[in-house]
Amino acid sequence: MTLGITPSQTVGPYFAYGLTPNGKYAWKDTFGNNLITSDAAGERIRIEGQVFDADGAPVTDSMLEIWQADAQGRYANPADPRPRNSTFQGFGRTGTDGDGRFVFDTIKPGSVPGPDDKPQAPHILVAVFARGMLRQSYTRIYFGDEPGNADDPILALVPADRRATLIAAKSVTNGHPVYTFDIRLQGDAETVFFEI
Amino acid sequence: MTFYFPTQSLSAFPPRLSPAYKSTPKRSPSKPLILMKHTLSELTGPVYGQDAVQPGDDDLTRQHAGEPLGERIIVHGRVLDEDGRPVPNALVEVWQANACGRYIHVVDQHPAPIDPNFTGSGRCKTDANGHYKFVTVKPGAYPWGNHPNAWRPAHIHFSMFGHSFVSRLITQMYFPGDPLFPFDPIFNSVTDETARNRMISVFDLENTVPEWALAYRFDIVLRGRNQTPMES
Ligand SMILES: [Fe+3]
Repeated sequence: MTLGITPSQTVGPYFAYGLTPNGKYAWKDTFGNNLITSDAAGERIRIEGQVFDADGAPVTDSMLEIWQADAQGRYANPADPRPRNSTFQGFGRTGTDGDGRFVFDTIKPGSVPGPDDKPQAPHILVAVFARGMLRQSYTRIYFGDEPGNADDPILALVPADRRATLIAAKSVTNGHPVYTFDIRLQGDAETVFFEI
Repeated sequence: MTFYFPTQSLSAFPPRLSPAYKSTPKRSPSKPLILMKHTLSELTGPVYGQDAVQPGDDDLTRQHAGEPLGERIIVHGRVLDEDGRPVPNALVEVWQANACGRYIHVVDQHPAPIDPNFTGSGRCKTDANGHYKFVTVKPGAYPWGNHPNAWRPAHIHFSMFGHSFVSRLITQMYFPGDPLFPFDPIFNSVTDETARNRMISVFDLENTVPEWALAYRFDIVLRGRNQTPMES
């Protein structure tokens, strides 16, 4: 038996009090933008950036969700049978602010298995939701300081002149690693999105 | 074991560029999306602990000192995958306008009253059979600036997690017989009529509660998982 799936609809402009109340509304957050658990091994990193529309205007009413493996490249999900050693869940959610900015504090993921058992370079999946988006767009964050990017089987699918949109540049602020990842929904420098 | 999530199913989804909905032209990709085989990253997704949902989070009529105004309703249904199997322990989050069509969101300033006894947020998890249930009030229609005298049909926003990150779904549940359907570019962004009608709940007389609440049933079908393990 195959059932038709339920269509997607936009998250609209008013999702914040339901999905990202963040202390501004009288509702408890289900998920936040800090994924770090005290028992999680690995490098603590910050990912920050801005979301822009076709005109380069900041998108102030979007929501980002991220999904990633732990520092050993293992997902907190039964479909990944490899045993884990921490309570790190690997899922985060945040809204963009009045400047279209977002921040995630997390652990740098390890390499995870890819097609034909070839490893993938460390990466984080991102789902982008917003008013004006009838369904989420999926992209991936790769890390600028990872030599494995050159051999990554998914990056290899992306035209060479667009790969840079998926690679977050590393900087160091107050001794902490920060990766910058801007998301451009449309335009010449449009972020690469995946049909998955 | 690895499962395959058919991408053909996505034909039920609205196109990203849907110009009648005027916010889409500047927020939809203009370059081709990259097709890829699903890897472990796509085939996994978040799993929640018991603390994600507290008792009472599923009753939007009991979050304040008094009861909200409006028609009390029960909204319930099952979350299934496209093979017809229930999705147990799935997180379902909802948000909606009050009975007058007003959201508590700071950006909604249209002249309809705020209800001090209604926030409009709720969450629950599906049971072992994929069943969920909320108690709320029927939301009102509300105006938006998309075109002259544009009003959204009454709807409840639904957010669901299924088996994996690719089955993540945000949708809207509509109410049967709404006269605003023909005029709403968001509802009609779903071009396939059969698929569009899957977003309309069904009046459910059997589950009404006498002298207390009407009931609507809304079943949700998420992507995956086709029972074809990929060959290793
Ligand atoms: Fe709405």
